[in-house]
Amino acid sequence: MLDTASPAAAKVAAPPPEAGATSARAPLIRREALAFALFAFFAIAPAIAQVGAEGYLLSLVIRAMIFAIAALSLDLILGYGALVSFGHAAFVGIGCYAVGILMAHSVSDLFVQLLATLLASALFALVTGAISLRTKGVYFIMITLAFGQMIYFLTTSLAAYGGDDGLTLPSRSAVFGTDVLENDLVFYYLVLACLVGVYALLRAIVGSRFGRVLRGTRENPVRMQAIGYDPYRYQLVAYVIAGMIAGLSGFLLANHIEFVSPAFISWQRSGELIIMVVLGGMGTLVGPIVGAMSFLFLEEILARITQDWKLIFGPLLVLVALFARGGILGFFRRKA
Amino acid sequence: MYTTLILVQTLNGLQFGIILFLIAAGLTLVFGVMDFINLAHGVQYMIGAYFAFAFTSWTGSFGLGLLLALPAALVFGLLLEALVFRHLYDKDHLEQVLATFGIILFLNQGVKVVWGSSPLFVPVPEFLQGSIVLFEGFFYPTYRLAIIGAGLGVAALLYVLVNYTRAGMLVRAGATNAKMVSALGVDIRRLFMIVFGFGAMLAGFAGAMVAPILSVEPGMGDNLLILAFVVIVIGGIGSIRGAFLAALIIGLVDTLGRTFAGDVLRLFMDPGAASTVGRAVAPMLIYILMAAVLFFRPAGLFPVKR
Amino acid sequence: MTRFTRTFAAATLGLLATTALTHAQSTDPMKVGVIVTLSGPAASLGEQARDGFQLAIDQLGGELGGVPVEVVVADDEQKPDVALTRVNGLIEREDVDVVVGPIFSNILQAIHKPVMDADRILISPNAGPSSYAGAECNPNFFVTSYQNDQVHEVMGRVAQDRGYERVFILVPNYQAGRDSAAGFKRHFEGEIVDEVYTQLGQLDFSAELARIAAMQPDALFTFMPGGMGVNLVRQYNQAGLKDRIPFLSAFTVDESTLPAQQDAAMGMFGAMTWAPDMDTPGNAEFVAAYIEKYGKVPGSYAMQAYDTAMLLDAAVEAAGGADDQEALLEAIRTADFQSLRGDFAFNNNQYPIQDFYLVDIGQREDGMYQTQIVEQVFDDYGDVYASECQMGG
Repeated sequence: MLDTASPAAAKVAAPPPEAGATSARAPLIRREALAFALFAFFAIAPAIAQVGAEGYLLSLVIRAMIFAIAALSLDLILGYGALVSFGHAAFVGIGCYAVGILMAHSVSDLFVQLLATLLASALFALVTGAISLRTKGVYFIMITLAFGQMIYFLTTSLAAYGGDDGLTLPSRSAVFGTDVLENDLVFYYLVLACLVGVYALLRAIVGSRFGRVLRGTRENPVRMQAIGYDPYRYQLVAYVIAGMIAGLSGFLLANHIEFVSPAFISWQRSGELIIMVVLGGMGTLVGPIVGAMSFLFLEEILARITQDWKLIFGPLLVLVALFARGGILGFFRRKA
Repeated sequence: MYTTLILVQTLNGLQFGIILFLIAAGLTLVFGVMDFINLAHGVQYMIGAYFAFAFTSWTGSFGLGLLLALPAALVFGLLLEALVFRHLYDKDHLEQVLATFGIILFLNQGVKVVWGSSPLFVPVPEFLQGSIVLFEGFFYPTYRLAIIGAGLGVAALLYVLVNYTRAGMLVRAGATNAKMVSALGVDIRRLFMIVFGFGAMLAGFAGAMVAPILSVEPGMGDNLLILAFVVIVIGGIGSIRGAFLAALIIGLVDTLGRTFAGDVLRLFMDPGAASTVGRAVAPMLIYILMAAVLFFRPAGLFPVKR
Repeated sequence: MTRFTRTFAAATLGLLATTALTHAQSTDPMKVGVIVTLSGPAASLGEQARDGFQLAIDQLGGELGGVPVEVVVADDEQKPDVALTRVNGLIEREDVDVVVGPIFSNILQAIHKPVMDADRILISPNAGPSSYAGAECNPNFFVTSYQNDQVHEVMGRVAQDRGYERVFILVPNYQAGRDSAAGFKRHFEGEIVDEVYTQLGQLDFSAELARIAAMQPDALFTFMPGGMGVNLVRQYNQAGLKDRIPFLSAFTVDESTLPAQQDAAMGMFGAMTWAPDMDTPGNAEFVAAYIEKYGKVPGSYAMQAYDTAMLLDAAVEAAGGADDQEALLEAIRTADFQSLRGDFAFNNNQYPIQDFYLVDIGQREDGMYQTQIVEQVFDDYGDVYASECQMGG
């Protein structure tokens, strides 16, 4: 506690070593077995869903994939940069409202909306990140919360766009003027493609020199500075990337529900994203996907058993925190 | 008329700040001394209110109910500490967040199962009902004055405890450097337990005190928890003095902001726009304040020296 | 490859588990999905609706119009995206014929489209936003409560009739709050001395009360549902304002909040289409049965859900079953059932035409509190949006 680990500097333990025994030289399929398994599952889930209640299962899995994208983006800064953002839902909200507001003005083109989403979330991340990154640890948690709350209250006061009640979209985004996304299966595979793309992108970033510097600043910012890296710049870039990806997930969420609402931006939602990352296993990139899936699937399963499902879900989270170092992923890795 | 309004609002802001302080005091100590992020602190406030309800309906007197609610909140806090929190001190912050989030879910649902989801009623004690005329044309509810008085009393008591007792000295030392205190042969686990139980009791006390003016319902602590965190980071983590001042500032800014934001803006823009912008800005004020404070003083107003 | 296989299998099992608990495709000819808010601060409203609906089904012997019925309850958690998933579950997994719900307008915004797209019948037992009352009206969508504005219009009319000249408006800063202020002003022609919009979920009104006391209006109009209302009413009382400034409200003093307001609410006014003390056929029996089963006085949320079940009962009977959706819709439109409110008919936009009353608070013989009718304010009143709806006539 004498050096860097004052209470104000969040103590965020380094995640367990990556991918356990499999070395970096192992074939891609071995190294990424978990990710491939999850993607394979997502790819054939529509077929599994044929057993019954297809639309319901698809909409559940789509929601899981969208939250997985948001959780993945959080994992980049939280797991690899030890930057606990408690306002991450704001970026999801910016994505949602970029779609909603453009739709309200009859701009339904997917590419225009996507561009607006990415620009808006990048800009917001750049400004708030530049300010927030001056603080450390818990102070960083709280200042990101502050910015998240500002966006939340801003959207609740957008009376022209529904205020608290939210805004119903007339349709999904148009691709080259066609309504091809109205087909749920097409939309499903678009979301899956985004998830795989985001995963691959983040995997590449994490493995690059940039990712190593980011991890270095997590372990010891002073040392990184001493050997000539400016942690602030690296963290800011990571923050902006994470914000843009979260914005993308908001873009997809708005298209999925065809409805946008400030409820997506509340601090509880930011908290849930953190919970998903930690539950699955932070700093692993696979963990957030597992976390988002477990969180949403468990909620659905338990809610079917009893209306008091939180009485079961709450203690489960406590057990994971107590006995599964590194979340669900860490638990099974050690057993294996 | 306007002066009266400002005066009343100032008292209201103080009263809100005092409640925030009671919650934040425990939170900042637990955080500062034990380096433990306790999201479940808000539910301890809720539990205090429910205890006050249960004991008040059982004994028929709010005074007795309050007296019983305090030890009950203490025991409840110690129970949680022994069952769960004790095993989390060595974990990293995010695992603490995960576990205490689970406890929030469980307890919010738990009180709903036990007491139902409807808001509950706790009567204002007979002798504190009604309003007091502070001066001509200036009323203020007696019970709210009582809250301010009780809160100031507790703050003074805390001040004495922390500054003039051996336990208080250890707490201050722990907030500065827990490892060193432990190395000097102090039973740090016991110190943690005391701090934790005391913090839980303070939060419970706040909950019990507001039960007669606010509705007692599941989840009532969630939003206050966030405000309490705002208070402790503005004040500087581990600093009781900082928490006290920050709580009063937040209480005043929030209360006065809600009333006067529109009026102030009217000086710069036309009335319609002013009230629209005022409504949007008022709830953001405390967050803007926090962001500004952290921008200029990244460790809060009163950082604990290390 | 084992890790691959294991992960894949686990994910698949997890997904299947979310449907595994589906009751085996039953031979029941009719299924009704009830989606209401059962968690969070507003859970008690959803519970009333769920219980009121269930009470009617029990009294009808588990049948609607002679057809055995299965009721599936889902919790929307007051979150739009959760509501969407759950309502998809009701439609696809449970294959319900009719969806009854929700409580809140913003949840309705999220589930209206999927239910309409799936060509099922949606009956809202509470939320009645203007958005689906006008041009966006839909033959498959019914509201059995009221159009949201109407209740506030009652209070505007009352304030006008009593000759109040200066009124203070205090509502939460969200869409329903702003609509409520607009509804109040529709019939009130006096001066609005101030319009204060509080944060949604605000629990301490000391700041606003001080302002009201300073302004000395002839009356206060407010709309503070749930916990906000509990706090406002008690603090209004504690501040000594109740005897000085009349308290006109909507959804602020009702059976969902009275257990926590008790004496503090005596002498305050609300607006509704019904009250437990109303002398209509079956009403006394309904109130008694509800109290016996759930230990609480039913509020409008329970009454509207009960009426919804009775409406379905009559419609299924008239249509000779639930299989022919066109016939069922036609039968629902005639609304040929005995509402606990007395007069009840559907307008061309399929929102109700009914009477509205001023209510105040009374204590029952059993010690519990309830709303009671003071006077009728509107007779056979429809909403102002219906003329924009192109359906029927």
